[in-house]
Amino acid sequence: MPEAVLHVYRGDASGGGLKEYRVPLEEGMVVLDAIHHIQGHQAPDLAVRWNCKAAKCGSCSAEVNGKPKLLCKTRMDALPPGQPVVVQPLKAFPIVKDLVTDVQWNYEVNKRIPPFTPKPNAEWRWKQEDVDRVQEFRKCIECFLCQDVCHVLRSHGRTDAFAGPRFLVRVAGLEMHPMDALNRTKFLKEDAGIGLCNITKCCTEVCPEDITITDNAIIPLKERVVDDHYDPVRMLVRLVTGKKKGE
Amino acid sequence: MAETAHAASREHFGSTSRRDSWWLAPGLVAAGLLLLGGYATWAALQGTHFEFGRYLSPLYSPKIAAPWWPLSPALLILIPPLLFRSTCYYYRKAYYRAFFLDPVACAVGELNRGKYTGETGFPFVLQNLHRFAFYLAFLWLFFLWHDVWDAFWFDGRFGVGLGTLVILASTGTLTLYTFSCHSFRHLVGGKLDCFSCTAAARGRHGAWLGVSALNEHHMGFAWISLVSVCFADFYVRLLSMGVFHDVRLL
Amino acid sequence: MSERYESHDVDVLVIGAGGAGLRAAIEASAQGARVGVVCKSLLGKAHTVMAEGGVAAALAHVDPSDSWKVHFKDTMLGGKMLNNWRMAQLHAQEAPDRVRELERWGAVFDRTRDGRILQRNFGGHSSPRLAHVGDRTGLEMIRTLQDFGVHQGLEVYMECTVTKLLKQDSRVVGAFAYWRETGRFVLFRAKSVVLATGGIGKAYTITSNSWEYTGDGHALALGAGAELIDMEFVQFHPTGMVWPPGVQGLLVTEAVRGEGGLLRNATGERFMERYDPKRMELSTRDMVARAIYTEVKEGRGSPHGGAFLDISHKPPEMVKKKLPSMYHQFMEFANIDITKSPMEVGPTVHYIMGGVRVDADTGAATVPGLFAAGEASGGMHGANRLGGNSLSDLLVFGRRAGAGSAAYAAKAPGHGVVDPAQVAAAERELLEPFERASGPDPYSIHRRLQQSMHSLVGIFRTEQDLMKGIEEIVKLQAEANAVRVEGSRAFNPGWHLAHDLRNMLTISEAIARCALQRRESRGAHARLDYPNLNPELGDVNSVATLDGEAVRVSQSPLPRMPDELRALFATEPAGVQS
Repeated sequence: MPEAVLHVYRGDASGGGLKEYRVPLEEGMVVLDAIHHIQGHQAPDLAVRWNCKAAKCGSCSAEVNGKPKLLCKTRMDALPPGQPVVVQPLKAFPIVKDLVTDVQWNYEVNKRIPPFTPKPNAEWRWKQEDVDRVQEFRKCIECFLCQDVCHVLRSHGRTDAFAGPRFLVRVAGLEMHPMDALNRTKFLKEDAGIGLCNITKCCTEVCPEDITITDNAIIPLKERVVDDHYDPVRMLVRLVTGKKKGE
Repeated sequence: MAETAHAASREHFGSTSRRDSWWLAPGLVAAGLLLLGGYATWAALQGTHFEFGRYLSPLYSPKIAAPWWPLSPALLILIPPLLFRSTCYYYRKAYYRAFFLDPVACAVGELNRGKYTGETGFPFVLQNLHRFAFYLAFLWLFFLWHDVWDAFWFDGRFGVGLGTLVILASTGTLTLYTFSCHSFRHLVGGKLDCFSCTAAARGRHGAWLGVSALNEHHMGFAWISLVSVCFADFYVRLLSMGVFHDVRLL
Repeated sequence: MSERYESHDVDVLVIGAGGAGLRAAIEASAQGARVGVVCKSLLGKAHTVMAEGGVAAALAHVDPSDSWKVHFKDTMLGGKMLNNWRMAQLHAQEAPDRVRELERWGAVFDRTRDGRILQRNFGGHSSPRLAHVGDRTGLEMIRTLQDFGVHQGLEVYMECTVTKLLKQDSRVVGAFAYWRETGRFVLFRAKSVVLATGGIGKAYTITSNSWEYTGDGHALALGAGAELIDMEFVQFHPTGMVWPPGVQGLLVTEAVRGEGGLLRNATGERFMERYDPKRMELSTRDMVARAIYTEVKEGRGSPHGGAFLDISHKPPEMVKKKLPSMYHQFMEFANIDITKSPMEVGPTVHYIMGGVRVDADTGAATVPGLFAAGEASGGMHGANRLGGNSLSDLLVFGRRAGAGSAAYAAKAPGHGVVDPAQVAAAERELLEPFERASGPDPYSIHRRLQQSMHSLVGIFRTEQDLMKGIEEIVKLQAEANAVRVEGSRAFNPGWHLAHDLRNMLTISEAIARCALQRRESRGAHARLDYPNLNPELGDVNSVATLDGEAVRVSQSPLPRMPDELRALFATEPAGVQS
């Protein structure tokens, strides 16, 4: 039976390194299958998060050969043959153990987002074309691969000032919801730090749900922030007419 | 086997576990921008050979009379297109990656610099004014289409030369590039929350769908238009210098 | 006690953060209770995200003649009349409001042309009834509840496993748990506890369920002295992937059939014609699952041992729009473009109808202070669940259990007293596997349990197999009691499994013993030695309780349906008999 060689990160906050494992290769096998085989036969305490094994829950995020991936969606036969498969934990978050990282920060950010606020006395009728955009954003499975790859968080460590692509996508889903009454441009500019995004699109490249994060969520939000906070003509119009932001 | 430090250890420029040729894409973008940008700069500095018959190089359109300006007129004329391209959401990605190396590629280590401010500090905060550059670029399209019209006329008679097609291609791709702009997509309908709520919004939904479809190819249009503008200048320049003779097709 | 352990005091402790748990927590919190939610995974990863096809509610947006009565009737007939009628009634009556409420909280369902929530067909439902978002309805639901809940001030304890319910006299007063990340212990004191832990699928080899589905709530309830009912009814979803091996069992949503997908065998025949000519592909899950199983067994299966499910006769754009995740799932895992070629599918363990016996109106279990909702509770679905009724069940009974537990907590005199001996025993049980010098490893016991359950307590059962199955389970229980775990307590999956395994073994025993006791075939429970429905068994529930370490089973009469509801079935003798 053909064999695959994996170099899996083993360690915790105090340090660690790559360890080599060999597993029998099956047809259609994904990296998570290989990790499970290691768990079941060689290293019972190898830590990995996973749930659905169907790319629907976003738990098994890690880095395969240096690229942020869902382990359950990365097929072994799509990786270069004859070379060891390197499996490492997400880099942007503190390591807990082996392939498990501490993603708590994301949940803290989520709590700060002004929630869905329905328009009062609205008739709850809207068309499919009104929500096609929003439904794209709501496909997000919160795997946090976009957060991991985003250089603002990964290389510059700006967790203090930047919400990350995942939560800009979430805000986009709220801002473009036909029934939502809030305006979140101030939140986007000041709290979520949308200006820190330099639209280099790594988030879009890694999204396993194929959400066009940059073009469909972040850039339209940047434009909405411009409407309310940077466009001098609109500022003048608001000054003259007395209209509020977002109207 | 060798123990590799965990990825979370301090990164340095280019540090990555990626195995693919991640440097290729930024390398090609840098080469392409340097080549085309270099040509355009050189051509703009010439101040000569930008006209042949009724053909006008797009780098020198619209023709302006500025006797007070000692240098090539292109250096003035090109300000709006340059603003439009340099604040364009696609080109920003391209040059942040290829020239500022911030990031050079996804999941690859960056240079150690001071505190990262992205597009919040000067001068990058000005990128937020991209829509004004769009307004100017939109205006420029009128001049450029006028040039196309002109290029169909030879000594008062309608005709088509190879140069006509070259100029048409240049303006055509520039038009596609301009109308696929992210800011335009926002202004035409993206800013609306409900497309079906009013008759006006329903109309804008159609426009937004159209611009969205174009917008998916914004990167492609950005490159094709850049190449075809440079080529149009090059073609007119060759004709003007007498190196090449225009082919009349009609 | 509280000095030795990290401890938290809440009014209501909800165990499980899927649809039922979150809905219960939101309701309890809305009633003014201080609510803690404990979950084994990260928030938002619970198995509800895997629900695809939709949530059943008689909104009557697509078929104006639909009503709660029709939904009620479909549910009872689908459950072979073994359902708790009151639960089925509440479910059918309240589901539409629960769906509308989700929309008010930000859920974005697919729309009808006139701008209302769109509904689709599903097996066993007589009208298009499933509100949906493409084929990712569960994700929409859990994200809506999660985002609504976090702003309500729920205290969420993620990646934390409850191993024992703590009791003072007859009343549940708290729970003992460990943090998966560090292995440290934690004590929750609560005035009431809601079990919303989902199902048991991981006791089987081929299942659509995630690792979390180890019957925790069922086992915790048994351990606390509560009764389980109807444990013999394990639903095999007819359409799981059969190839490649790594994704065997992965769910292929019933929405494929709802949107017009056809089932064929290797000869190209639409074989459902021979099993249920009236409803064909949209028959109930038990029927379709057994039909596919039989086709394969009789040699008419697809190359990898399944049936062909074909949607390629529909326009590709429609398939991609309505079934996007199925399209990607087959494209990525099996290299199959479902807009062009058929899928290969076969039965996969999907759901358990049985669970904690609860009061229909409040979700109260038979032990004071204990509540249950969702898959962990029993009675709602009878002998077979209709597709789409699970998501509505979560919402309706999640809310009811939340209200019930909050009301109970409000009336409780205060937090109970935690018995140190119970805590010490729970602690000892968890630590022993580290102390043993030798012993079997949990992974191998788990694999053997799964194989035994699949082959001996599977889709078709016989007395002989079930006896053998029970024997095997008891043997594995002894081995599990001597299991050895390597490594440290920090995020150690082997250790986690060693504990979950005990739950799976207990529940497996309950399933096998209840299955042995029910000498008939009804709904999801099919006995080769008793192939027909026995009307006398139509008004009894199987009951499982724990006696020491052993599972005891008995029978108890079904609650009697009032005459005005009974009248709904007057014209349906055939349906009742089927």
